[in-house]
Amino acid sequence: MESFLPTVGLSLAVSLGATALAAALGIPLAAVLAMVPFPGRRAVVVAVNALLGLPPVVVGLVLYLLLSHAGPLGRLGLLFTPGAMVVAQAILATPIVAALAHRALEARWVEFGRTLQSCGASRLQALPHLLALSRRTLTTAVLAGFGRTVSEVGAVLIVGGNIAGYTRVMTTTIVLETSKGNLELALALGCVLIGISVTVSATVLALGEGKR
Amino acid sequence: MRAILAALAMLCWVGAAQAESIVLASTTSVENSGLLARILPVFTAQTGIDVKVVAQGTGQALATAARGDADLVLVHDPEAEAGFIAAGHGILRREIAWNDFLLVGPKSDPAGIGGSKDAVAALKAVAAARAPFVSRGDNSGTDALEKRLWKLAGIDPAGQDWYRDIGGGMGAALNVAAGLDAVTLTDRGTWLAFANRRNLVELVRGDARLLNRYDVIQINPEKHPSVKVEPARRLAEWLAGPVGQAAIGAYVVAGEQLFHPDADAPHP
Repeated sequence: MESFLPTVGLSLAVSLGATALAAALGIPLAAVLAMVPFPGRRAVVVAVNALLGLPPVVVGLVLYLLLSHAGPLGRLGLLFTPGAMVVAQAILATPIVAALAHRALEARWVEFGRTLQSCGASRLQALPHLLALSRRTLTTAVLAGFGRTVSEVGAVLIVGGNIAGYTRVMTTTIVLETSKGNLELALALGCVLIGISVTVSATVLALGEGKR
Repeated sequence: MRAILAALAMLCWVGAAQAESIVLASTTSVENSGLLARILPVFTAQTGIDVKVVAQGTGQALATAARGDADLVLVHDPEAEAGFIAAGHGILRREIAWNDFLLVGPKSDPAGIGGSKDAVAALKAVAAARAPFVSRGDNSGTDALEKRLWKLAGIDPAGQDWYRDIGGGMGAALNVAAGLDAVTLTDRGTWLAFANRRNLVELVRGDARLLNRYDVIQINPEKHPSVKVEPARRLAEWLAGPVGQAAIGAYVVAGEQLFHPDADAPHP
């Protein structure tokens, strides 16, 4: 198992990268949906929540067709690279982060929005306060996004190709070892993956608690 | 956050820093059996060309290449390969290795086919005994051969309650067969490297129709301009050449040779 550590590293890099991307897209989207009234806002909220159940294999397949050399984005040369895996997982995680963050921000905005605005704060000026007030729920939202990405296998298998030492991550290794009949090894890798997931979540939560 | 971005940047950089790299879409058996992991580093050391293996079934590997997403294919379904070349996607097919398929099944052998050398008669016996049979059902090279053998037997097993179409790879099929005590058709490479056999044993081998031939096919650059023609040609030639052939022949798992170089193939 000499290729074991790089696989763990790639799993972390891809899922953390995708989670960061999802947070960077999902939290601003949630803030806009919570704070700015516009026609059709309810429909967008419903759509974001509906995308919580986005099937990974379908995302992988559509992204594959887009990134394929025969597809419109083939020139990017992203297919079968870690970059494609990050994009695929970010697509899956963004609705999760956005939907959960929206719940928190909406509630806080109803609670404190008028007060903040009566102090003369614009929406943009109120945003940092709102984010700070919702910090703990936002942390949970981002962790839920991370949970989705680190455990995902369908999309990364299709767009990454499970190339040894390049796009092979923990989940695709577990699928591969299972198919080789190495069930004990697959199970051991599964335990490592769960351990990593727990460690990351616990670390983030501990940091959050420490800041209170 | 910064650490993550740095890690991502490094990933991209590592990808870009490779002097040259090609994508090889291959059948699963040559990857899952460990053959490619053993021989490709030799090629990379000799040429500096990095080979990224995307292991899929033969059907999917050819489909990947037909979209221009692979630089070379390594597959094992002569009929599908001929179609791929006829459609203008492939040029220059080279035989690089062979071994054989076998029917494996439970030691108890409910269809009484153990020791037979006639794969078609064995399938007839399986159908007559209504013994559980696991089919790949995934359009792979092995799946295509299985369907041809059923046709030769004059039996259409689809929909029978003893016939389980699992729609999965060779390893998945073997896992299911081991769980159900079912008969299945497997390539020798995957079988020898497979670690979860439980009750499964070799039942039928030695039928000329069970010859398993592995070919590499270069991709037609006129149809797929993005293909890296030169490094792909070098890999194809290396695999078919003396160094690659020797490396293929030298690959042994548990004392058994998994793949034979093409040079000593029993051509019908």
